[in-house]
Amino acid sequence: MSERQGVLVLAEAQEAQVAPVTTELLGLGRRLAHELSSALSALLIGSGVGGISQDVIALGADTVYVADRPELGTFNSDAYTAVATKVCREAAPSVVLMGHTSIGRDIAPRVAARLGASLSTDCVDLRVDQDTGRLLQTRPVHGGNALATIASRVHPQMATMRPRSAAPAEPDPSRNGRIIPVDTSVLDIQARVVETVREEAEGLKLEEARVVVSGGAGIDGAQGFDLIRQLASVLGGAVGATRLPCEQGWVSPSFQIGQTGKIVTPDLYIAVAVSGAPQHMAGCMGSGYIVAINNDPEAHIFKLADFGIVADYREALPALIRKCQELVSS
Amino acid sequence: MNIIVCIKQILDPEMPPVKFKIDAQAKKVIAPEGIPLVISPFDEQAVEAALRIKDAQEAKVTAITMGGQSAKDAVKHVLAMGVDEGIVLSDEAFNGSDSFSTAYVLSQAIQKAGEYDLILCGRQAADWDAGQVGSIVAEELGIPVVTLARKVDATGGTVRVERVIPDGHEVVEAPLPAVVTVSSELGQARLPTGRGIVMAARKSIPVWSAQDIGCDVSRVGAGAARSEVVALTLPIHERKGEIVSGETGAQAAVNLALKLRENRII
Ligand SMILES: Cc1cc2nc3c(=O)[nH]c(=O)nc-3n(C[C@H](O)[C@H](O)[C@H](O)COP(=O)(O)OP(=O)(O)OC[C@H]3O[C@@H](n4cnc5c(N)ncnc54)[C@H](O)[C@@H]3O)c2cc1C
Ligand SMILES: Nc1ncnc2c1ncn2[C@@H]1O[C@H](COP(=O)(O)O)[C@@H](O)[C@H]1O
Repeated sequence: MSERQGVLVLAEAQEAQVAPVTTELLGLGRRLAHELSSALSALLIGSGVGGISQDVIALGADTVYVADRPELGTFNSDAYTAVATKVCREAAPSVVLMGHTSIGRDIAPRVAARLGASLSTDCVDLRVDQDTGRLLQTRPVHGGNALATIASRVHPQMATMRPRSAAPAEPDPSRNGRIIPVDTSVLDIQARVVETVREEAEGLKLEEARVVVSGGAGIDGAQGFDLIRQLASVLGGAVGATRLPCEQGWVSPSFQIGQTGKIVTPDLYIAVAVSGAPQHMAGCMGSGYIVAINNDPEAHIFKLADFGIVADYREALPALIRKCQELVSS
Repeated sequence: MNIIVCIKQILDPEMPPVKFKIDAQAKKVIAPEGIPLVISPFDEQAVEAALRIKDAQEAKVTAITMGGQSAKDAVKHVLAMGVDEGIVLSDEAFNGSDSFSTAYVLSQAIQKAGEYDLILCGRQAADWDAGQVGSIVAEELGIPVVTLARKVDATGGTVRVERVIPDGHEVVEAPLPAVVTVSSELGQARLPTGRGIVMAARKSIPVWSAQDIGCDVSRVGAGAARSEVVALTLPIHERKGEIVSGETGAQAAVNLALKLRENRII
């Protein structure tokens, strides 16, 4: 157990760049590696990803393991699990970090099972316990109603990190690091992706928007979302939703914000006819300002917001849209 | 086709947040009185996925749950939905099991239950929200796993899964036997039928112990857990919750816009 050393981050590429969540993991990993007086390494899996290994070094990795092969260009659970397990066995880190993403949440339990590791998923904070050197893993439980801090009894200590819960690393192009190619001859592929269907909504990407206007179940129909869209458009923002409007097909499923949807951290989050369930708030808690519009004065969301108005959205939104238009254009 | 569904009974995840209480000292959640336990919603949807397959072809669906005294109620509920058999795994030795031990216990039980083609789990149990057990069951059994399904079709030795990804979905095919974890996008689970409730009441539900399923007890329970909870707290929300008023809803909205401008938020 004591022979294991260092922090290893699973790096994800997104549109030929380092994914935002990876930049966050590298910032966090650097800090943890420093506290553990050890090195930071990263594993980059994909096709034609060699080019960004230098960026991963600039963002803090001392060593980058690169598994570059055409079959790895799209995510495959079996192949990524095999590669990550192999590298974790060889590099023997004491801490392994992945993003709580479509990829990380899929392979982390499998890799942990193969390594005999511990695993905390969806962490929002990781610290080193100064007395024991153990990694303290804080994660929301019960949908966000409580926060548990967990410590491992075995190594490696694995964690997946909720996007947008750690500060991103600042690149330093003068940094040097080693690049080590990974032998990918054995991938053990059983399950295959035979088709990928993108349903990306038109307009601004939710995760990149500075303003997000979300509609909840109280919007009561696809039509009501016209007002949500108008307000978002006036403020140069994107549209989000709670789970029900997505389930009902009022908006695309990719609009869902929350624990099982997207995590957003805009400067301004306006929640309209949203009750403030912890599983939804998990996706917007890190926003700069939260504004609530709800016709129930007792709605829980008012406790979680900076500003709120008690009003029927059908009455409030047209006035709000008009006033905002006037203010932003003046 | 033999389908196994793993279900877990939990505190209602959608209970009003004000009812949620913890004992920080004991690092435990206090179950509120008068709020009945439920089947984790994703697990109910995993049952739905199994029943949809059974609607279309010859299939036997078995539900397995590891839990305490009340776990039988969860099994009764899914039997009434249309599940054929239910098994409860209960033993003091299981108390305090982590995801790895739970997956080990489930995989032992699955092997004892007989032949299996497809194992369905929820994407995560909506109490600790770990999202690990299904994938680890697959690792224990040495079979493939596809996570986050919104649609599951199984025919001719292959499972075809629509897997949710952030901007759409991908279609994944895996040879059977396989594990599939089900996400909420699958859609609503059906309700128990009157006839189902009558049938379920008549059904005997076996309870298997650690010994019954040949568990190595050093691999289960609190002693085998790979990690421990060192603190449990309530989250702190530091927002001021200022209500902006107005004579009418429209006036309040105008005042809100002015407030946001005043604070340079818009
Ligand atoms: C494991 C799990 C994961 C989940 N993941 C997510 C997730 O990722 N994202 C998510 O959003 N949810 C998620 N949920 C569901 C979540 O628990 C809540 O059920 C959901 O967020 C509630 O959505 P809502 O606020 O839109 O609806 P409701 O709780 O029904 O609230 C609607 C609100 O609208 C108000 N209202 C009604 N009419 C009007 C009107 N005319 N004008 C103004 N206000 C009005 C009402 O007062 C009420 O407060 C999850 C649940 C579970 C169990
Ligand atoms: N005690 C249990 N009994 C039966 N199935 C379980 C149990 N715990 C977890 N599962 C299954 O594993 C899934 C994932 O659980 P978890 O990893 O705890 O989030 C759940 O949705 C269930 O399908």
